[in-house]
Amino acid sequence: MSDTAQTIRPTLNRHVDFARRSLLISIWFAILTFPIMVMRADVAARSIVWRWSNLVWVIAGTFVGSWIWRVALERKKNGGGNPSGPGSRGIAAVRARIAILTRQRHFTLGSFIVLAVVIGIFPFAGGMWQTNVMITALLYVVLGLGLNIIIGLGGMLHIGYIAFYALGAYSYALLNQQFGLNFWMALPVGALIGGVASLLIGIPVLRLRGDYLAIVTLAFAEITRLVLENWADVTGGTAGIRSIPRPTIPGMRMTLPQTTVFIYFTMIALVVFTIFVVRRLENSRIGRQFVAMKEDVIAAQAMGVNVAKTKLTALGLGGVWAGMAGVVFAARTTFINPASFSVWESIIVLCTVVLGGMGSIPGVIVGALVLILVPEYLRAFVQFRMLLFGAILVTMMVFRPGGIIQKRRRAYTISSVEKQQAVTESGDLSIEG
Amino acid sequence: MVLDVRGLTMDFGGLRAVDHVDLQINDGEIVALIGPNGAGKTTFFNCVTGMYTPTAGSVTIQKPGTDPRTITNMRPHLITAQGLARTFQNIRLFPEMTVLENVMIGRDCRLRAGILGAIFRDKRTRAEEEQVVLDAYRALEIVGIGKWANETAKNLPYGAQRKLEIARALATEPFLVLLDEPAAGMNPQETRDLVGLIRRLRSEHNLSIFLIEHDMSLVMTLSERIYVMDYGKLIAVGNPAEVRKNPAVIKAYLGEDVSA
Ligand SMILES: Nc1ncnc2c1ncn2[C@@H]1O[C@H](COP(=O)(O)OP(=O)(O)O)[C@@H](O)[C@H]1O
Ligand SMILES: [Mg+2]
Repeated sequence: MSDTAQTIRPTLNRHVDFARRSLLISIWFAILTFPIMVMRADVAARSIVWRWSNLVWVIAGTFVGSWIWRVALERKKNGGGNPSGPGSRGIAAVRARIAILTRQRHFTLGSFIVLAVVIGIFPFAGGMWQTNVMITALLYVVLGLGLNIIIGLGGMLHIGYIAFYALGAYSYALLNQQFGLNFWMALPVGALIGGVASLLIGIPVLRLRGDYLAIVTLAFAEITRLVLENWADVTGGTAGIRSIPRPTIPGMRMTLPQTTVFIYFTMIALVVFTIFVVRRLENSRIGRQFVAMKEDVIAAQAMGVNVAKTKLTALGLGGVWAGMAGVVFAARTTFINPASFSVWESIIVLCTVVLGGMGSIPGVIVGALVLILVPEYLRAFVQFRMLLFGAILVTMMVFRPGGIIQKRRRAYTISSVEKQQAVTESGDLSIEG
Repeated sequence: MVLDVRGLTMDFGGLRAVDHVDLQINDGEIVALIGPNGAGKTTFFNCVTGMYTPTAGSVTIQKPGTDPRTITNMRPHLITAQGLARTFQNIRLFPEMTVLENVMIGRDCRLRAGILGAIFRDKRTRAEEEQVVLDAYRALEIVGIGKWANETAKNLPYGAQRKLEIARALATEPFLVLLDEPAAGMNPQETRDLVGLIRRLRSEHNLSIFLIEHDMSLVMTLSERIYVMDYGKLIAVGNPAEVRKNPAVIKAYLGEDVSA
């Protein structure tokens, strides 16, 4: 009876409130975009064309957008994140389904075979362009998984990651130019250089946290780029280094398409190797140290974790993968210059980690694929790419801060025999208390 | 004597939070450190466990059956490895990790596996990992929260979170446990359980206990000796009966009921 009236009244009030706020925002936005959306200089007639209809669209669009945003935000606040919560049924149901899907992590043999076949056929069915796009995406998968060790597992906000990618690329290019090292010899060397450089940079910033660490690593990436640009005698300066050999199977001559396919499978192998290693790290003492350090540094060191060593381990391991990816990058483009390693690249890698789900391997893979492939296939919208990019990230941060696929902790099984034994050894609990 | 602190002093800028404190704990003793809020108790703990570097003074520990060691200025994780373990006044768990994983972190300083062990998972690493799970589970059973092993730590009820902190400290294999207000926020039943647990830790696990506590009835029933701090200085030491009668203590606690 009055029950429904009581629930309707606040709902109505809320929507009136939403409308008011949305209206204010749309007016503000209209004023902000007035010069670009409404006014247009007609150069020939030396006059200004007033496009008033645009004003209507801007206001209407912003109004509706803002309203939807507010409603969505409120649903989230009302326990929408929790499927059993009192949020709206529709969204909650969808969320629950996603949660179930993402929970079923264990690849069944069937899906594994399908995946393997798709991966195997892709370069032959897709053609050169597709394969090249995929190689780029896979490079970012490796970079994302590597940075994930530092950010997702170690909890250190590192924005200079691309510097180690650059070091890997330049070490192959230079070692090849000067000493004739081939791709396969350069790969471990690049890995080593990336890892050691990351470690060395880590030592002075051990005490820094959060935003401070971010700024310092950002500066480091810029310094690396500037050095590459200005140390022209060695690095070739802005002109970069040309005709870097593509990877080959030693003793075999390959055509360009063959090489592309070969690089593709090299990247697949590298991704698989990375996943293998990161998974093992995660489920080990090292992985536990990472997570503990990320969650509470003070508690971790009080419990006996050597935090300095753990940080350096994460940094060093992360650098290894950037170095390797860099070597592959140099080998597949055959030309590198400092412009390929701008801070923007660091930000993209950071975004793949954040978007996909910090600390979650499938999350980072999905994040990298989405962020690299979607813009490639949406070339038509190239001018809106950055806008779209920003919008997706902001939306993600507000509605699903844990990323697309959130990390779940592992459960351990303890056999009943062992349980019994532990209970006996710990003394009978019912006697005291 | 498991802990011997001499002239410990800690300055924060112009504020002297701990002022020339001498304190000793004997093997197998339960000792309490009490005092009004802001007296410097937590700061004292932080200096002993290496979280802060004291301005002056020395901290020496002696694990039963070994030689004394000075641990002043030693880094916290090394002090923990020496056999001192602590809990925090404001619970500091690893909230997103499971209960069991929290305790497994406590085992960390007793483990040896490195990066290569993690990647190649050799026999020794696997054996070590299996053992860690069991040891951690055992620590959970000691405090009585084994049933929550795979629960996310942040989802535990408050009292259980406090117990988990104790379990995590026990997992480091300490000989001296430092508890910072372990009963804070607990209901009377939980507090009684805690008293039982602390007694058991001493009698069955041969630990010495050093605790900060505001719950006077707990302090008076549990501890053999009590140190009282006020404004960074020690104002009294003695057994519960002596401390209760001490005029300086009564003055410091003016209005508060010491005789509870
Ligand atoms: N890290 C710090 N920096 C500055 N002052 C501190 C710090 N930690 C504690 N203090 C100060 O030292 C005094 C003692 O604090 P604390 O040891 O927490 O007291 P208690 O645990 O006895 O309540 C307080 O005045 C507090 O403000
Ligand atoms: Mg305190």
